[in-house]
Amino acid sequence: MKAKVTVMLKEGVLDPQGEAVKHALNSLKYSKVESVRQGKVLEIGLDETSRERANKNVQEMCEKLLANTVIESYEIEII
Amino acid sequence: MRAAVIIFPGSNCDRDLLSALSLAGHKTFSIWHKETELPKNIDLIAIPGGFSFGDYLRCGAIAAKSPIFKEVIRHIDRGGYALGICNGFQILTEAGILPGILQQNIGTKFISKVIDLRVNNTSSTFTHNYSSNGIISIPIAHHEGNYFASKDDLKKLHDKNCIAFEYIDNPNGASDNIAGILSENHRVLGMMPHPERHTEKAHGCQDGYPFFEGLLAAS
Repeated sequence: MKAKVTVMLKEGVLDPQGEAVKHALNSLKYSKVESVRQGKVLEIGLDETSRERANKNVQEMCEKLLANTVIESYEIEII
Repeated sequence: MRAAVIIFPGSNCDRDLLSALSLAGHKTFSIWHKETELPKNIDLIAIPGGFSFGDYLRCGAIAAKSPIFKEVIRHIDRGGYALGICNGFQILTEAGILPGILQQNIGTKFISKVIDLRVNNTSSTFTHNYSSNGIISIPIAHHEGNYFASKDDLKKLHDKNCIAFEYIDNPNGASDNIAGILSENHRVLGMMPHPERHTEKAHGCQDGYPFFEGLLAAS
C-alpha cells in the first residue's frame, strides 16, 4: 500500500519560493499567473493491508515529522 | 559550566562553538547525535550551526528526532540551560522547545554578513553581561532565518520578556525583527546570529565574548 502526502504552507503564510516562481512565470509572459504556492509531495510505501490503519499511521507521521503544523497543512491520499 | 555541544551530520559550527565556550572558561564535551546519554552534571547543552541532515525535509526537523534529543528534552524539562545557534535555533523550534519556526529569508537568498543587534533582554544568564538596549555586532549566515510565530506566541514572547535579540536592520523578514528568543523560564535561548564567530581578537570583533563569559555566572 502507498500513501501520498502533500504538504503545503498554510493560507496567509508567506511563500518566498512560490513568489519567485510566480515572477519567473510572469516574466515568461504568462501574464495570467496570479499566484504560485510551492509545497512538497511524499510517497510512502507501507507494509499494511488496512486503509484505515494506514491513514491513521500516516496522520501520526505528519503530526510528528512530515509537516510543521505551525505553518504547514497536509493532505493524505491512500493509493 | 559543563557544556555539551551536540554534533549532527552536517553540523559545521561545532568547533567554533567548542572553542568559544573553552575560551570563556567552560569545560566542554562533544556529543554525537547517536549517543543516548549525556555526560554527568551537564549544565548547558549547546546546539551548533550548520546544515544538520542536509536540511532535508525542513531545517532542523530530522535532528530534532535524533536519539540524543530525548536526553536534551529531559535536561530542559529539569530546568537545564540550552543554547541553539542558527541551525541549533531551527532544531529547538522543530523540537517544540521554542515557539514558532524559521522560514526561508524573504529575499530567497542566503545571507552571510555582519549585522547589528539590539540586546533586548539583559536579565537572562545568556545576556546579563550586555548593557540594556546595547547594540552589538555579530555575524549571520543563513538561508532560513525568517522567524515566524502566531500572534499569540509573539504576544507571549513580548509579555514575558523572551525576546533576547532584535535586528536593527531586519535582513530576512523576521516577525518583529526577532533575531533570538528565550524560553519562558529564560534558560533556553535560540538565536540566528553567531556570537561564537566574534569572540577572539583575531575575529576583529569580540562582541560575542561577553555572551559566553556571562554563562559562567550560572556555574
